[in-house]
Amino acid sequence: MAFKHKDIIGLQDLTREEIELLLSTAENLKEINSRDIKKVPTLRGKTVVNLFYEASTRTRTSFEIAAKRLSADTINITASTSSVTKGETLSDTARNVLAMKPDIIVMRHSISGAHHYLAKRVSCSVINAGDGAHEHPSQGLLDMLTMRQKYGKLEGLKVAIVGDITHSRVARSDIFGLTKMGANVFLAGPPTMMPPGIERLGNVTVCKDMREAVDGADVVMMLRIQLERQGKTLLPTMKEYSRYFGLNRNLLQLAKKDAMVMHPGPINRGVELNSDVADSDQSHVLKQVENGVAVRMSMLYHVSGGELPTE
Amino acid sequence: MGTENTVILDGVGVKRALTRIAHEVLERNKGVKDLVLVGIRTGGVHLAHELALRLEEIEGEKVGVGAVDITLYRDDIKGHAEHLPVGKTDIPFSIEGKKVVLVDDVLFTGRTIRAAMDAIIDHGRPSCIQLAVLVDRGHRDLPIRADFVGRNVPTSLKENITVAFDAANKPVEVVLEK
Amino acid sequence: MNLLIKGGRVVDPSQNIDETQDLLVVDGTIKELGKGLKAPAGAEVIDAAGLVVTPGLIDMHVHLRDPGLEYKEDIVTGSKAAAAGGFTSVACMPNTKPVNDNKAITSYILTKAKAEALVNVFPVGAITQGSKGENLAEMGELKEAGCVAVSDDGRPVVNAELMRRALEYAKGMGIMVITHSEELALLGEGVMNEGFTATELGLKGIPWAAEDVAVARDVYLAEFTNSPIHIAHISTKGSVRIIKNAKARGVQVTCETAPHYFSLTDEAVRGYETNAKMNPPLREADDVAAIKAGLADGTIDAIATDHAPHHLDEKDVEFNLAMNGIIGLETSLPLSLKLVEDKVLDMKALIEKMAVKPAQILGLDRGTLKAGTPADVTIIDPKAEWVVEADKLASKSKNSPFLGQKMKGVAAYTIVGGKVVFKR
Repeated sequence: MAFKHKDIIGLQDLTREEIELLLSTAENLKEINSRDIKKVPTLRGKTVVNLFYEASTRTRTSFEIAAKRLSADTINITASTSSVTKGETLSDTARNVLAMKPDIIVMRHSISGAHHYLAKRVSCSVINAGDGAHEHPSQGLLDMLTMRQKYGKLEGLKVAIVGDITHSRVARSDIFGLTKMGANVFLAGPPTMMPPGIERLGNVTVCKDMREAVDGADVVMMLRIQLERQGKTLLPTMKEYSRYFGLNRNLLQLAKKDAMVMHPGPINRGVELNSDVADSDQSHVLKQVENGVAVRMSMLYHVSGGELPTE
Repeated sequence: MGTENTVILDGVGVKRALTRIAHEVLERNKGVKDLVLVGIRTGGVHLAHELALRLEEIEGEKVGVGAVDITLYRDDIKGHAEHLPVGKTDIPFSIEGKKVVLVDDVLFTGRTIRAAMDAIIDHGRPSCIQLAVLVDRGHRDLPIRADFVGRNVPTSLKENITVAFDAANKPVEVVLEK
Repeated sequence: MNLLIKGGRVVDPSQNIDETQDLLVVDGTIKELGKGLKAPAGAEVIDAAGLVVTPGLIDMHVHLRDPGLEYKEDIVTGSKAAAAGGFTSVACMPNTKPVNDNKAITSYILTKAKAEALVNVFPVGAITQGSKGENLAEMGELKEAGCVAVSDDGRPVVNAELMRRALEYAKGMGIMVITHSEELALLGEGVMNEGFTATELGLKGIPWAAEDVAVARDVYLAEFTNSPIHIAHISTKGSVRIIKNAKARGVQVTCETAPHYFSLTDEAVRGYETNAKMNPPLREADDVAAIKAGLADGTIDAIATDHAPHHLDEKDVEFNLAMNGIIGLETSLPLSLKLVEDKVLDMKALIEKMAVKPAQILGLDRGTLKAGTPADVTIIDPKAEWVVEADKLASKSKNSPFLGQKMKGVAAYTIVGGKVVFKR
């Protein structure tokens, strides 16, 4: 099994075997992160450009650490410090970045499909660090890795995803990845945040309320709610949202005993997650962050590719 | 064009060679104190376990066995072609100040050994590294030599040497493919 | 110059003709239609055997971008594209820079068209000043200057009271109101049809309700004011139903759709294809089916392209940032002929929607091969196959979702006022 893609734009584009490979590589790379010398020479001499059109310290830092642990050189270009704010087009920015001869561009962009656009126009690899409401493949992979570490497999797991599905790229990557790996996904959220046809994306069930989704779940994935981004017409108040779509200890008891609670972060305490859940043993939020580095190392490793001589 | 296979070492031959290497290792290191074995994935790991069994039989003491995957330390990663899957490096003990015996099945160009030594040194500073191989087939690209050799087999570059293992990862035979 | 078009299949719905006849043009006017006509001395003879001879096609909804946006298109290139597509007349929308909301702009367009355009250009004036939706434009003067209709196309008249008054006032001035019916609050920041494809692509959706709600409002305002109204570029099954019901109860409503709304679904957006981005957006399969049914049962009166040229730089960007609209003049005929091949319409019904009805709606003395009318004639080769290639398009812009696709059917000759302006 080998990985043949130049780019990783979304989990939708990958086969089950390719996802399996990315996850098992990440599992094997984790060891590096617990060494005294947290570095291997694999991508020595390679340049990774982190091109971030949206502020995201977490994802950017995670990609940066991943690249550095593989000995790649990293350059960060963010919207606030680059020509992006001066209204340069993505096409021109890409050309300028290309002049620096990068091997991999890791991009975060607020517009869905921006990575398709970029990948078609550059010869180097493109890794999607989140595009609009479309995909966030590294998050999807680290979520799956975290689940697999606990359950040993993804096949047959009941995963509840709760929150704003419409605007969530995490939800889409989780849905594409998990359903491909044989998990059963159950969605819950306000009807104003449930996009039409979502149940056709895979083995996905839209639940009428949160209890139905959480009932018997192996994993409860809570999505971050961002009222400022998502417009004022979708919800009455955060208070009401947390009452019907927040996770607390009582509600969690509907799930399987010792079910995993996950969240892509950062958490709005008392909104998506009550502290009695967020700080419990069932919360795997920090584990997700830890796995993020290994998963991103795996992505960088596999897109950078290597020709192996026949011995 | 069929391939012609010659058995260089049969099952008994492999066992004898390993037993001899075990004795040589003990002689050189004056016992198993501070001694650890690190096998190179995947054949070297199986052989390292075999060697450890013999050392224990002779000395009555367990010897630590680790595994190193050299994929991340290869010197031939380039282009956009596919990548080999990364195996797990698993060295469940500190190698700081230890005498490390690196174990591989076939010694060829020496590049794998170079990568393995870099990988080991990234885990700490051993007092020394020694190299044990079942077969040395020559054709070195790097200034590397083995301390313990099961069998020296002169080969041509067109030939190939494989060490076969059974389902329990026990070595079965060494075959020269022409 | 005189012209005899011999042996073609003449399809003229205005005279209920569909048979092999000859057509004689003298001094730019249709002289005679009949069998075995003799060419007068010096007349050019066109052998139309195997071809279809129809009244000159009329595209009642194009954007020529002139004045002000000539980097996208201008009256000359737009008219060349029209001629290449078999159109002898186009009606151009007023969203130019400045907006065609006064007789000076109208007269600029007409003067330039008369001097340089290959086809007849009929300007459409604005409903409101600057198309800002605040005050009525000077419709009386616009009509007098030569506008054939008024429209704020590109944006709706948001204020219902203003729309009511526009309909009343335009009726008094004897000018047709063409509406871009859309509820902007429901449009929001949508960039493609709301549905499964948008969900999958993570793109913000435009619900069909954004169109239907506005079509319903405008139809009711026309009914209330007892005024004629023409609804532009309908794309949803709801719009078809609303207009069908309105027609049944006697509302003076007509409407048009564009070839892309019966040729493509929102699936064409996959790959974040900016040349499949337009407003109204491409819809779903059941909408496409309803549009075809609406064409077949006469609910939809006209096929118009909404030819909307945009510069490559305005399309070669991230999907959300791309301009809405596609060019259509040069692909409309083959896409529409497909309706005949698929037996949605017969040839007569098709020509009615591409020539006769547009002329009637805009009050033009065209769209017919009756003796004495201006000799605008399109000769169609319905069997010719060709591939849409950017560098062969006459339009200045190349923003078509059909690039690289095979088409069947093409204009063999486009004749305006008895003069061959395009010949394949």
